[in-house]
Amino acid sequence: MDLAALVRSPRVLLALVALTVLWPAASASAQDGGGGSGAQAEEAGCAFTKAQAVEANGGPLGSAIWGRLCQVQDGKPTFPEGVAIVVRQGGDEVGRATTGADGVFVVALPGNGTYQVVLDPDTLPKGFALTDEDRATLDAVRVNLGDQQVTFRLGEDTRGKRDFSDYATTVAKGLRLGLILAVAAVGLSLVYGVTGLTNFAHAELVTFGAIVAYAINRAGVPFWITLPLAVAAGALAGTANDRLLWRPLRRRRMALLSMMVVSIGLSTALRNIFQIVFGPDGKRYTAASGQVERSFGPVRLTPNDLAIMGICVVVLVGMTLLLRRTRLGTAIRAVADNPDLASSSGIAVDRIITVVWALCGALAALGGILYGLSLNVKFDMGFLLLLSLFAAVVLGGLGNAYGAVLGAVVIGVVQETSGLLVDTAYKFVVALLVLILVLLVRPQGILGQRERFG
Amino acid sequence: MSWLSIVALAIQTAIGFQGASYALAASGLNLQFGYTGLSNFGHVGFLLVGAYGMGISADRGWSIWAGFALGIGAAIVLGLLLGIPTLRLRGDYLAIVTIAAAEILRLVANARPSEPLTGGSRGIGGLSGRLGFFEPNFIPEGRYGLGDSLVFNSRQLWSMLWTWGLVLLVTLLIRALVRSPFGRVLRSIREDEDAAKALGKNVVVFKLQSFVLGGTIGALAGAFIALDSGAVTPSRWIAPLTFALYTVVILGGAGTVWGPVAGAVVYWFVLDAVDGVLNNLWFDVSDTTSGAVRLALMGIGLMALMVFRPQGILGNKKEMLAGAR
Repeated sequence: MDLAALVRSPRVLLALVALTVLWPAASASAQDGGGGSGAQAEEAGCAFTKAQAVEANGGPLGSAIWGRLCQVQDGKPTFPEGVAIVVRQGGDEVGRATTGADGVFVVALPGNGTYQVVLDPDTLPKGFALTDEDRATLDAVRVNLGDQQVTFRLGEDTRGKRDFSDYATTVAKGLRLGLILAVAAVGLSLVYGVTGLTNFAHAELVTFGAIVAYAINRAGVPFWITLPLAVAAGALAGTANDRLLWRPLRRRRMALLSMMVVSIGLSTALRNIFQIVFGPDGKRYTAASGQVERSFGPVRLTPNDLAIMGICVVVLVGMTLLLRRTRLGTAIRAVADNPDLASSSGIAVDRIITVVWALCGALAALGGILYGLSLNVKFDMGFLLLLSLFAAVVLGGLGNAYGAVLGAVVIGVVQETSGLLVDTAYKFVVALLVLILVLLVRPQGILGQRERFG
Repeated sequence: MSWLSIVALAIQTAIGFQGASYALAASGLNLQFGYTGLSNFGHVGFLLVGAYGMGISADRGWSIWAGFALGIGAAIVLGLLLGIPTLRLRGDYLAIVTIAAAEILRLVANARPSEPLTGGSRGIGGLSGRLGFFEPNFIPEGRYGLGDSLVFNSRQLWSMLWTWGLVLLVTLLIRALVRSPFGRVLRSIREDEDAAKALGKNVVVFKLQSFVLGGTIGALAGAFIALDSGAVTPSRWIAPLTFALYTVVILGGAGTVWGPVAGAVVYWFVLDAVDGVLNNLWFDVSDTTSGAVRLALMGIGLMALMVFRPQGILGNKKEMLAGAR
């Protein structure tokens, strides 16, 4: 792709401007994402368990309301001493305790029931404060099993506040998703390029790869060996797709719109067959467990994340070299450009299309396996990815393989980072909205050619 | 359960509200896909806005007519919003944008922050009571029908009366429309858009009209589904519903006047009969599995229809196969 010409194109600039204009608009409606704070306080050592309470109490708790006051100061947990905790029932005081030097309080109770627990804010030592002044009184604390833990949140509210590292990590996770989407989307785009088919059943090629890898992995084969095997199975599946279904339909000169409907039927059938065979629940690879995040500069990633991104980059570079530097790649591009012309210049168009389908199946399978590794394997995982894949392909320009990669990375990063700005429930919505808005400004996609459209 | 009662139950579903609501929704899709060749893969989005129009109207204490107005109004806006940018482009774009838009609508309706308007994932319930849909029902209480299985109660008959009545009305309207010069332009767009353009027709405007009208019919179907079930929940408006409607349209015969009706009746008969058989096998089939088997068969059926009988039950093969790209 001629990058210089690309940047000069006013349309591209317009699309980028649209994206940047859209972005603050999304943040204006931003909501407090929540989450993160509890984890932060617990990391700092504020977590408290019943075993610790028993130890602090020097014996069984009996019937009691218990807990520990803890505030994170300079990243370290600190405990207020001498804070009065009063337990009432029906307005009458039934128990009272003050926190010890370890911040622990245990209020003995007459038995199970519903109580009101009050923290006296005036007894809090200097430097300690409730996160929410209104939460000094906890109404209707139910004690059903003898004892019950209660929590008073202390210190500044860290909910919704994130540091630079959180942002960087989210962008990295978005990049990971984008690269996976790119690997899965390239095949969709190539098939569209050489046959004109918008293949809804592409989603099931993605799921197929992940499920085959899961089956081999569960049979006891190490995950990193199952990966190439499942990719090969994906290539076979892609070839079978073409030989058994699409090639005969092409020979019949079936309309593309009709083929699209056939692909919907195929997608629905396969997805439900997967559900019957694989079961409705999500499952995980053996390699997916026991992953610990490590810091790489400001970014926190697991070893799997790095492996996923590495594989994707290598495969995408390989695909580019294949398309740019080999005779096969030239032939694929020729067929995509004009099948009749390619045929008349001696290219075996049907064979090229089959090769493209095999590539498509292999890449989709790889994308599915890697997505399954980052999350879990489920019968409808590909179908849930399908709209993001379409968004990526259309964003980059239908039928343009490099465009698909670019579009996928944009969609992946936008999808993940939008969770920082809007409620996570709207994550997918933002990606799809970007798609629709880009189509308004630049219907042929970022790298698409304008003359394809009338 | 005897084989006879399986057949009777299947007929009950086919001619009951299920069949009627699918026939209505498919009529809209038939106008878009069958007559104009528009690949609207987000038809369920139109059903959704129709249903939520009712739900929101019930929640606000408005009348049933406000519910219809809200749903239809939203469908028109949605149709224009999606149609204006994409109908200039090739069909693939419409397909992807419509399916994306339908999914956006569902996710937004489902999201927690939307709860004040849409009720979030729980949706809105008790709406036929609040809107008084069954109040004017003059059919006396009781069981009407044949034997033990093929029976309807008065509420079901009331829903059927309205929905089938509307199906008849819409079908006659579409018949008049497609036999008019307007309909001929739509079909010419389906066959060869460039030719229609060359004859001086503003194809985008014609496509837009067909798209919006079809979407409005879809919204009506959604509104009645909400009224009949008395609730709107987001999980109902998923892409497979659109695909089921495609199966209905193609089964009946895309681009035929009575195709959606025939398609809906046959579709529900077959689906329900399969369900009946699955529930009466010598081994137990879980609900999840039988649902998956049903949908898998629907998918295979859709493929087989497209490949072996693209004209469906009522269609004309010559008409369906024209227009290669």
